[in-house]
Amino acid sequence: MLQNTRRLFGAALLLGAAMPSLAYADAQAGEALAKHGAKAVPPCMQCHGANGEGQASTGFPRLAGQNKDYLVKQLQNFKGRRSNPIMQTFAQALSAKQISDVAAYYASLPGRPAGKQVWLTTPTTPVAPPSRGQLLAQQGDWDKGIPACFACHGEKGAGIAPSFPALAGQNATYTNKQLTDWRSGARTNDPQGLMKDVAQKLSPDEIAAVSAYLQNLP
Amino acid sequence: MILNWIKSLTQSRAFHPSWIVLAVLSIFGVAGVMALPALYEASNAAPPAALTPKMAAEMQTHKRPNFSPPQANTIPSGEFGDAVLLGRNIFKNTQVYAKSFVGNGLNCVNCHLDDGRKADSAPLWGAYVKYPAYREKNHKVNTYEERLAGCFRFSMNGTAPAADSKEMIALIAYSFWLAQGAPTGVDLAGRGYPKLESAALMPDAERGAAVFAANCVICHGAAGQGTKINGKYVFPPLWGKDSFNAGAGMANVSTAAAFIRANMPLGQGGTLVQQAAWDVAQYLNGHDRPPDPRLK
Repeated sequence: MLQNTRRLFGAALLLGAAMPSLAYADAQAGEALAKHGAKAVPPCMQCHGANGEGQASTGFPRLAGQNKDYLVKQLQNFKGRRSNPIMQTFAQALSAKQISDVAAYYASLPGRPAGKQVWLTTPTTPVAPPSRGQLLAQQGDWDKGIPACFACHGEKGAGIAPSFPALAGQNATYTNKQLTDWRSGARTNDPQGLMKDVAQKLSPDEIAAVSAYLQNLP
Repeated sequence: MILNWIKSLTQSRAFHPSWIVLAVLSIFGVAGVMALPALYEASNAAPPAALTPKMAAEMQTHKRPNFSPPQANTIPSGEFGDAVLLGRNIFKNTQVYAKSFVGNGLNCVNCHLDDGRKADSAPLWGAYVKYPAYREKNHKVNTYEERLAGCFRFSMNGTAPAADSKEMIALIAYSFWLAQGAPTGVDLAGRGYPKLESAALMPDAERGAAVFAANCVICHGAAGQGTKINGKYVFPPLWGKDSFNAGAGMANVSTAAAFIRANMPLGQGGTLVQQAAWDVAQYLNGHDRPPDPRLK
């Protein structure tokens, strides 16, 4: 009995030690997929950039540093629930393991610099009135029932895993398109309809303003 | 007789007939000014003099006048502005700016959304103009500072900063600044959390658990533990050692239900049906939390 317990304990220790390297192996397999593609799937980097930085001109999104759970969910959703003619084809050709691997790889890449939060120790008066985009991202507009982006997407838009993706540094073309799609109902895979409800309260001008602000976040 | 008297006056140099005209006119004038408020009251149901005409009009239709607090970028510079800014910082990041007075993982803004500005989320401007006031909670007339101290003791499970501390002065300054232009002693629209109708069905934790799983877990976690990043709560814990204690207002099912119904999930306030708000409030307040310090 005691020996069995010891064996179990030993196995658990071994398993625990193996976990990080297993995750590393996942990311390595994902890297191969991202760089070389797989059967019926071209390399991700062709559109999403050599380092997962995305392509501002076309609106292909930044993937580097995005949280893994969010990426897995999107790839799964591209198999049906989230419509995108390009991604749908590729996602359908990916296995669950491949999805998990490639998501682990992109999550492991450095995102935007974390942007260390500097708390005011001596209060200073704000200099200029904030732009509309900045106001929406940091404060929201509660007169219109709009919460701040950062309330759910984290300080400086760094994201809060597993459900809330990073926004900082995402190209404005992509963010604008997503908000517009939630507003119109073209994109519907947001949890609990949270993004739909926010996007429907935003005007097209506000969507443009906040998308531009988020792209330029340090 | 009188005519003779007038005649004698007009003959003296000290008098001129136009004085009579002036005197009569001024008597009418004074009477008219004195009569105006009465006329106004009769036609207009008496708004208090301190209210603007806009607020007075709103009081007639809503009973409770609307109020819009100022935007943060209009905080003035100088010593007073610095106090207001510090108060705002304490309010947003209580864990940083008033750390030693807080005994849990919460920040003021967790229950008072939009930095204490949002209507129907117990805004500071709504509370500020209603103090001093008698409270059943401690059976005495409380100043606004004493009311804030109650938040520290119960909702923050801590110890209030002293009345003359920079933290307390800053919080009062911030509240005062947010309430600028509001009439005092008036229940402004959006004060507190809007009371719900009494629950049609007895609030039920089991139904509440289902509401919680469907709507709250995404941010507050399956065990109500909140979400932490780098050791700091980004979504607040709803029960357990880092949440508000059992003496807090939010530990009352009716208060929690009212807050939830008006404000949760964030950005979707008002979407839960009232019964769901009652049930989920019952569920979350059925869990362990730090004890009421009055019972220690």
